Amino acid sequence: MTTPDELGDLAERAREADAVYCERLRVCTAASCLSSGGAAVEAALAAEIAARGLGERCQVKPVGCLGLCSQGPIVAVETLAGEGRAEHLVPRMQPDEAAAVVERMAAELPPERSIAADIPFFSRQQRIVTANCGRIDPNRIEDALAVGGYEALLHALHEMTPAEVLDEVHRSGLRGRGGAGYPTGLKWRTVAKAAGAQKYVICNADEGDPGAYMDRSVLESDPHRVIEGMAIGAYAVGASEGYVYVRAEYQLAIERLKAAIRQADRLGLLGSAMGGTSFRFHVEVRIGAGAYVCGEETALLASIEGGRGTPRPRPPYPAETGLFGMPTLINNVETWANVPPIVRRGGEWFASIGTERSKGTKVFALAGKVVNNGLVEVPMGTPLREMIFELGGGIPDGAAFKAVQTGGPSGGCIPAEHLDAPVDYETLTQLGSIMGSGGMIVMDEHDCMVDVAKFFMGFCRDESCGKCVPCRVGTVELHHLLEALARGSASERDLALLEELCDLVRHTSLCGLGQSAPNPVLSTLRYFRDEYRAHLAGRCPAGVCAASARSEAAQ
Amino acid sequence: MRPRLATVWLDGCSGCHMSLLDMDERLLDVATRYELVYSPLIDAKEFPDNVDVTLVEGAVSTEADLAKIRKIRGRTRTLVSLGDCAVTGNIPALRNLLPPGEALAVYDHPPRSEVPALRHVQPVHQVVPVELHLPGCPPSADAIHEVLIALLEGRAPDVRGARFGN
Amino acid sequence: MSVCTLFVDGREVSAGAGETLLEVLRENGIDVPTLCNLEGLSAVGACRMCLVAVKGQGRLMPACTTRVWDHMEVTTHDERLDRYRRGVLELLFAERNHVCSVCVASGHCELQSLAAQLGMDHVRFDYLHPPLAVDASHPRFAIDHNRCILCTRCVRVCDEIEGAHTWDVAGRGVKAWVVTDLAEPWGESSTCTSCGKCVQVCPTGSLFVKGHAVGEMEKRTAFLPYLARRRKGTP
Repeated sequence: MTTPDELGDLAERAREADAVYCERLRVCTAASCLSSGGAAVEAALAAEIAARGLGERCQVKPVGCLGLCSQGPIVAVETLAGEGRAEHLVPRMQPDEAAAVVERMAAELPPERSIAADIPFFSRQQRIVTANCGRIDPNRIEDALAVGGYEALLHALHEMTPAEVLDEVHRSGLRGRGGAGYPTGLKWRTVAKAAGAQKYVICNADEGDPGAYMDRSVLESDPHRVIEGMAIGAYAVGASEGYVYVRAEYQLAIERLKAAIRQADRLGLLGSAMGGTSFRFHVEVRIGAGAYVCGEETALLASIEGGRGTPRPRPPYPAETGLFGMPTLINNVETWANVPPIVRRGGEWFASIGTERSKGTKVFALAGKVVNNGLVEVPMGTPLREMIFELGGGIPDGAAFKAVQTGGPSGGCIPAEHLDAPVDYETLTQLGSIMGSGGMIVMDEHDCMVDVAKFFMGFCRDESCGKCVPCRVGTVELHHLLEALARGSASERDLALLEELCDLVRHTSLCGLGQSAPNPVLSTLRYFRDEYRAHLAGRCPAGVCAASARSEAAQ
Repeated sequence: MRPRLATVWLDGCSGCHMSLLDMDERLLDVATRYELVYSPLIDAKEFPDNVDVTLVEGAVSTEADLAKIRKIRGRTRTLVSLGDCAVTGNIPALRNLLPPGEALAVYDHPPRSEVPALRHVQPVHQVVPVELHLPGCPPSADAIHEVLIALLEGRAPDVRGARFGN
Repeated sequence: MSVCTLFVDGREVSAGAGETLLEVLRENGIDVPTLCNLEGLSAVGACRMCLVAVKGQGRLMPACTTRVWDHMEVTTHDERLDRYRRGVLELLFAERNHVCSVCVASGHCELQSLAAQLGMDHVRFDYLHPPLAVDASHPRFAIDHNRCILCTRCVRVCDEIEGAHTWDVAGRGVKAWVVTDLAEPWGESSTCTSCGKCVQVCPTGSLFVKGHAVGEMEKRTAFLPYLARRRKGTP
C-alpha cells in the first residue's frame, strides 16, 4: 500500500533516473504517428544511439501525442545540458534519417529539418489536460509519478473529506467536456446525495465524432491521469466500482489503459485499501461494439449492462438511476483528466482560466483545410480566428476561409463573419453550433455547405439506433431531401419540407443523437441559404455537387 | 354559373368512381349544383380549360398519366386526390418493390411491345401540387359527397372518418 | 408526498406520486395517442406519439415514461403537438409498406386508426419501400416485416410476460428489424412457446394468425393487464 511518503520516494527516484541524461529523443508513439511508421523510427534511433555508445547520456523515450499529428512520425530532440534546455521537432521523420539526427545532436546542432517548439501552434497553447502528453512514456507508471501522478488522489484520500473534494470541483467551474457542458460539480453533488447501496463512476471514452480524437490521444498518452481522476470522483461520491467504456477501434488506448490499471493496482493506488486508507475502488475496461449512439449516456449504460445499446428517455437521470439501477457518475475522458490538477492546484486556480461561464481549457482536434492539423489545448474564450489562423497557421494554398464546423454531427458551421467569436459553450450555442467534444473542421471556398450537411446527415442516419421513429426515419428522409438538392432536382417545396422535418426531428427524437442531427442543416441554412437556393436553380457554387455538373451540361 | 367539375381516372381500378356513383339520389343534387365537364362517365374527349374541381382517381404510373395530370393541374383550381391510389400509390405502387419489368409476370399474356411505364409509381401529390386528399380504398360515398358539398360551401370538409384502406 | 395535483390543459387533476403521466391522463379520460405503449408492458418511449409539453421543461416529454410531480403543468394538445404527431405518423407510413387496402389487419389496425383520427391523410416524404420478407415458417403464425413499425411490443410481451425472449431487435437505424432467436426462421425457433401473445399485442398487421384474409385479423389485448398483475403477484 503506497502512502503519500512512499509515493513521494517513488516519484523522486523516477525523476533522478531521468535526470542523468543530457539529451532525450522523444518519439511519438500515439496511434497516428505509429500508423505512419513511428515504431520503426523509434527502433532506428535506439539502434543508432546504441551503435554510437551514447546510451549513457542520451535517452530514446517513446511518448504519447506531440500534437502536430499531420506531420507524423514526429520526434522531439531535447537538449538538457549545456546552453540550457532546447527542443526541436523533426516532422515526418524516416528511419534512415536516424544517423543524421543523432550526429547533429551529438555535435550540439539542431536537426537539419525541424520545426521550432515555439511556433504559435505550440506557444499559444495552455496545456492542463495534455500537460504530460508527448512528455512521458504512457506505458510506465514511474513516468507518471515523476510528473506528480496520483499526488492529487493521495492528497484527497488523506487530507480531504469527500465534501471538500466536491467543493473544490464545484469551485473550479468545470463543465462536462463530452458535449453538453453540464456543470461537473453539480453532477457530482447529485450523485453524492443520491441514495444507493452501490454507486458507480464511468468514464465515457466512446469518442466517435468524425475527425475528433482528443480522448483517444489522452488515453494513449497519459492514461494514469484519467484513472486518477476517476478514483478521486469515486471517493467524492462514494462509489467503489468504475468502468471505462472505450470504443473497440481504440486498440492502443485500450491496451495502455489496461496496463495502467494493472500498474496502479500493483502499487495500491487502485483496489482495496488505496494509498493506505480504507477506501477501495476497482476499475474495469468495457469495450464498445462500434455504435456511435453508445456515447449517449443511457445507451452506454445499457451496453455495459450487456443489453442492446439504445438510449432511454431521461428522467430518470443516471445520477439517480444509472448502471444496474444505481446512482452513477458519468464523465468523459477530458473531464476526468481535468480533475487531478483541480484537486492539486485548487478550484480557484482553475476558475481563473477561461471565461466567466466556461472555465479552464479545452482540447480541440483541428482538422480540414488548415495548415497545422492536430491537437491543441487552449483557454476557453480563445477566438476562432486565433485558433484557425495563428495556431492552425491559416488556410493552405491561399484559399479563402468559408466556415468552421464545431461539435461534430451534432454541431454546426460557423461562417467568417463570426470568426472573432470566443470559443465557449454559450457563444457557440448562440451561433447555432455547439462546443461538443472538440472537433473543429475548417472549410474553404471549395467546400459546399449542402454537401457538408449531407455528409453529416448520412452519418447520423447510419448511426441512428432505430429505437425512436423521428430519428430512425427522419434522418433517412432528410438525407433524401439533401440528395435531391445536391442533384439539382429539389423544389421550393422540398426546401420547405426540409426545414419542417428538421424541426420535427429536433423536437421529437428520443436522445441527443436525433435531437441534434438537424443542426448541421439548420446552421448551414442559417448562414449559407444562398448556397441552398443556388442548388434549387441547379447550380453548386463550390462545384462539388452533381447540381453544378447538370447546369454546366445545360450550357 | 355552376362550378365546373371534372373526374379523371389514372392507374386505379375505377372503384373510386363506383363509390362516387354510390351517392345514389344525392347524385341528382350534385349534378344540379355542379356542371360535370369531363369524366369517364360522360362523353368528352379533351380535358377542358378552367375547371373548378377535379377529382383524380388512380396513381401516376405511365408517361401518359404524367402528361395527363400535368395538363389537368394546369387547368384546375382545386385538385382532389380521390382514394388510396391517388393518395399513396396503393396497389399499383406495389410494383415499385420489384425489379423493372418483373410485375408483368402476373399476366398470362404479357404485352409484346414495351409499356411506357415510369420506373416508380407515384402518388399524385409527388408529381403536381394537390389541394385536398381523400384517402380510402375506396373512399365512402358519404365522404365524397361531403368533399363536393364543402367545396361548394367554401369550408373545409369534415372527413374524419376517412382512412387508408377499406 | 403520496398525492399530487397536476394541471392538464388547464384542468386540475390529482394523481398518486409515482404514477406515470400517461396513467394519470388515461384515468381522467384525457386522450393522448400512443403506439408503442400497451398497458401491462414496460414503457419505452419509442414511438413519440404521446409527447406532451410540460411547463418549465426545455424538451417535450413522453407521457408514458414520465413520472408525475406536484404542480406539473401539462399541455396534451395544441397545434404544434398535433402537427408533430402527424409528422411522426407520416414517417412511419413512409418507412415500410403499409398498404392498408390489402392488409389482414385493415379496420383493426392502430396505425391506420391513428392516421384517420389525427387527420394524417397523405405522406409528403419519399416512400422508402425496403424489400422485406414475410416469415411464414411458423405453423400457426406469420410475420410480415413490411407492416412492422418496430414498436417492440412483441419483444416486450415475449420477454416480460411469457418469459421466453424469443423476439429481439437486430440491426440499427432504418435497417433495424425484429428477429426470432438469433435471426433464424420463426418456425425453427427453439425458444418460442407458440403462445401467440406477440401476435395479439402487435398494433398492425405485421404479426398475424395464418388463414386470415384482408381485414379479418382482429387483435385481443385484454388478457395483458391481468397477466401482468398476476406475474407481479397481485390479483
